[in-house]
Amino acid sequence: MARQPVRRMTVALAGNPNVGKSTLFNALTGLRQHTGNWPGKTVGIAEGKCRRGGREYRFVDLPGTYSLTDGSEDERIAAEYIASGAADCTVAVCDGSCLERSLILALQILERTEKVVVCVNLMDEARRRGIGIDAEELSRLLGAPVVLTAAGRKQGLEELLARITDVPPANQRRSWPDPVTAAQDIARRCIRRTEDGSARWRSRVDEILVSRRFGIPILLLLLLLILWITVWGANYPSELLGKLLDMGYVLLKRLLAPLPEWLSGVIADGMYATSARVISVMLPPMAIFFPLFTVLEDIGYLPRMAFLLDGKMCRCGGCGKQALTLCMGLGCNAVGVTGCRIIDSPRERLLAILTNAMVPCNGRFPTLILLGSLFFGGAGGALAVAGCTVLGVLGAMAASGVLSRTALKHEQSAFLMEMPPLRRPRIGQILVRSLLDRTLHIAGRALKVAAPAGALLWLLARSSLLGSAASVLEPLGRLMGMNGVILLAFLLSLPANELLIPVILMALTGAVSLQGIGEGSGAILLGAGWTWRTAVCTMLFTVFHWPCATTLMTIRRETGSLKQTAAAFALPTVMGILLCIMVKLLLG
Amino acid sequence: MEMGLERLHLGIGAAVTAVNTAPALRSRLESFGMVPGTWIVPRYRSSDGTVTALEFRGTVIALRTRDLRNIRVAL
Repeated sequence: MARQPVRRMTVALAGNPNVGKSTLFNALTGLRQHTGNWPGKTVGIAEGKCRRGGREYRFVDLPGTYSLTDGSEDERIAAEYIASGAADCTVAVCDGSCLERSLILALQILERTEKVVVCVNLMDEARRRGIGIDAEELSRLLGAPVVLTAAGRKQGLEELLARITDVPPANQRRSWPDPVTAAQDIARRCIRRTEDGSARWRSRVDEILVSRRFGIPILLLLLLLILWITVWGANYPSELLGKLLDMGYVLLKRLLAPLPEWLSGVIADGMYATSARVISVMLPPMAIFFPLFTVLEDIGYLPRMAFLLDGKMCRCGGCGKQALTLCMGLGCNAVGVTGCRIIDSPRERLLAILTNAMVPCNGRFPTLILLGSLFFGGAGGALAVAGCTVLGVLGAMAASGVLSRTALKHEQSAFLMEMPPLRRPRIGQILVRSLLDRTLHIAGRALKVAAPAGALLWLLARSSLLGSAASVLEPLGRLMGMNGVILLAFLLSLPANELLIPVILMALTGAVSLQGIGEGSGAILLGAGWTWRTAVCTMLFTVFHWPCATTLMTIRRETGSLKQTAAAFALPTVMGILLCIMVKLLLG
Repeated sequence: MEMGLERLHLGIGAAVTAVNTAPALRSRLESFGMVPGTWIVPRYRSSDGTVTALEFRGTVIALRTRDLRNIRVAL
């Protein structure tokens, strides 16, 4: 019997930001597009496929837009795609808990294309808030099929696929001269309201989170708490992981014994030891930080943070959304730079991009944590790390303030941001998303750099090159309260900040010590003449120096300008050099 | 009584009578459904008073308080 040909369908997902479009996309395609409770996460167009009953559906996740007529870049992309007829069916995704607003866009989509299925998503949340929706009535009023879904719980997806498959070749294209009033009228006729039991506590919690008195202290406490849990919690697993990887090192050495000495050196002492060191100091803090930060993202705290900080960021020529991208930078500056797309004004976006690398990312936290705890003890170390983070944020704000009054002078743009309702965090999804997607992704990226860099470093350490380069840098290093080796290590860890400590150790001893991440390294550093002043200056320069190669490439992509990428390189570096020289003069 | 939205107390509802902001912001607000006739309630204000969160059509939108002056409401 001849095989039935696979029937292919292209399906576009369109809707407001934050209506669960990406969650729906992920649930349908099994992919892991980034999701979270704040508008503007989906950047660009994502594509994924799924197969059901001899059909292949190609899903295109369009960027979330509030309208198709507003003229912003995202809206132009979405409007052109919908009108082009490239999709066999467009799914207009609406938010069941806020149908009236979502319908404004759905009506605009129905005006532009005939083949539409309306998907009312987030129905689980809507029901919790006492909102029921009469799908039949809605379908009749819109003249298009309507499916109720809760994508996060995978409810209603099969029905949605069935409706997509059967979408009439051409619904009657309708037009609504006043979509806002029409949406209001349609929503009123379809919504069945009951008592919303959770409204009171939600609005109470919201009131406290953004209140004049408690808003900022809660924000600071939350950030401090996350940093503290990360620093404190990462200690033990880091040590354990170090010991395990050290056992691996011994085994590997034994295995490689028949090889020539230089080859086993490159593999075991260079590639393996550097990678193992990077993993053991980087993985545990990231595996703690990302889930915690994702909880904040998932409950919808980030827009509230932007709300609280807008006034302060405004005085520095930025906007509240910049605060949000700085927080994303705490995880990874490349992610923070990409996140700057949520800022509408080009000047304000550039300001945010140029200053993002001043907040220390997860690749730099291990260095700060190690130096902090070595030279200032447990609690002192945590305070020093928190101090560095605050200093980074203040530095970013100060630089924004100066730039916005000089080179990047601009009229302050209007600030408009949706504050989505607080949601209960979805722990399972948070763990998968933050551990698999972020932690492993970033650790993988660091490893790709660490292994070859380790081999190269080992070879360099054998030659006199490392030593002579360090001695060339010695005078500048001394002037900045550090030394030539440290400065060289900063230069060599351009590919990934995680390499800094391994490079220093390699340059000092010719090998990367894995044993006792804390004490082992401490003895080496102290032996090399490090004092607490050296640690302070190194920590400062860790915060204020050039962004890593990945971030620089991201900046180049986002700005499309080499000049601006060079500015992003120079700005924190100049600040760091001046700051270190000042501190060195002050501390003597 | 007609007045600028910035003068409306938190928790007090009023109907929008005119949106006289810069065209770009007006069109953004329109896509959220803020047009004359929309019932609007200011919910929260930031600690320095520069940003106000407004509830309308089941959504909460944050705007700078100084932009609210150009949105007229009637009690």
